[in-house]
Amino acid sequence: MIDKIFSSMDEAVADISDGSTIMFPGFGNTGIPRNLMAALLTQGAKNLIGISNGSGGRDDRIDIGVLVRARQFKKLVMAFTASPHPSRATIFNELYEAEEIEAELVTQGTMAERIRAAGAGIGAFYTPASVGTELAEGKEHRTIDGKEYVLEYPFHADYAFIRATRADTWGNLQFTLAQRNFNPIMAMAAKTTIVEVEEDILEAGAIDPDHVHTAGIFVDRIVKIPEDGIWDSVPQR
Amino acid sequence: MTEKTPLNRRQMAARVAQEFREGWLVNLGIGIPTLCSNFAKEVIFHSENGVIGYGPQVAEGEENINMVNAGGQHVSLLPGGSIVHHADAFAIIRAGYLDVSVLGSYEVAENGDFANWKTAGRKGGGIGGAMDLAVGAKQVFIIMEHTTRDGKPRLLKEVALPATARGVVKLLMTNLGLFDVTPGGFALREIAPGYSPEEVQAVTEAELLISPDLIQISGTG
Repeated sequence: MIDKIFSSMDEAVADISDGSTIMFPGFGNTGIPRNLMAALLTQGAKNLIGISNGSGGRDDRIDIGVLVRARQFKKLVMAFTASPHPSRATIFNELYEAEEIEAELVTQGTMAERIRAAGAGIGAFYTPASVGTELAEGKEHRTIDGKEYVLEYPFHADYAFIRATRADTWGNLQFTLAQRNFNPIMAMAAKTTIVEVEEDILEAGAIDPDHVHTAGIFVDRIVKIPEDGIWDSVPQR
Repeated sequence: MTEKTPLNRRQMAARVAQEFREGWLVNLGIGIPTLCSNFAKEVIFHSENGVIGYGPQVAEGEENINMVNAGGQHVSLLPGGSIVHHADAFAIIRAGYLDVSVLGSYEVAENGDFANWKTAGRKGGGIGGAMDLAVGAKQVFIIMEHTTRDGKPRLLKEVALPATARGVVKLLMTNLGLFDVTPGGFALREIAPGYSPEEVQAVTEAELLISPDLIQISGTG
């Protein structure tokens, strides 16, 4: 019987070794696998490479910022390596200025497509984004039908942490609204995909197959968020 | 003589929103561009996180934690709205489905280059989706203050900061005027109340073309 359920967040991240590459979804406070991140903080793996849109740490909630603060990353790949304003600097910005963490800056669409390419078996692709900028320097260029493109390679990962609303025992997933963001493409791009789920895990067949957002074949481990786990809330204005 | 009145942020956003046409698919950058949503009618707003057809910011206490736009604001999803994942959100951007991308910037050059992701003397930058939006959208509009806080020009012959994209800006709104970016350079089409073209030129590095039909901007914001 196919059963991907793990009994705790700690158990689901226990085997992550130093130096692993991990994908972290989330955008604008939603779709962030905060419980798995908290477990990784406790687990303590070091020299990690993280792939994430941003570096978190803007409020006191658990996000990628707490892993940065705990010095668990050697390097982050992301779309923002500077804060919008020096007054809003995060722990990542401080460590990056001090050259205590490495970073690769990628324009967000190229980041998404490099993740998608990894999950889709694509060896590389040409994109028009970043042509004529610092980010394209040293990269292979090609003119196709009169338009200039730059060659970009996939991002593969050892693990993806995923946050979903609903799952069944096969790992079929549903997301809610903007919670989806990077979750489906990261789930496909990693060797091992670990999901934290908000609702009680359903029996296989309980989710209408036409309404599955991420097919269970991409999912390896599922953990129900416990009652005393980390639940999302709207930040106070 | 009219008193010199630079446009405020709302007035700049309102004027740019007048350029939108019914049914357009529109992406608004953070900052002043976001304000365009307060004035636009009958367009569809797209956000980098895959939200298509979002509406106004919702009242405190009525937010849905899973409904945010690219600025992280809790917004509503209008009837007819839809959700795609991040890679598809950027497929929409790169493939030219967006009618317009409205962005903020630090500098714009007379050939349509612009620079909005990295300031001088700082390590790293914040690109977000700007490089994708800039090359993918059918049109790129920029809204920014006409000069830096120190009064230095931002409408330049060439960008000094690292470029976001080359030759893409079509329309530029500043607190002093509305400019078409033409093969001949910046063409001043509308001007802030109380200013003369010479006064705008004096705080502009690039040489301005002055539209023969130059009119004063009516502040509606």
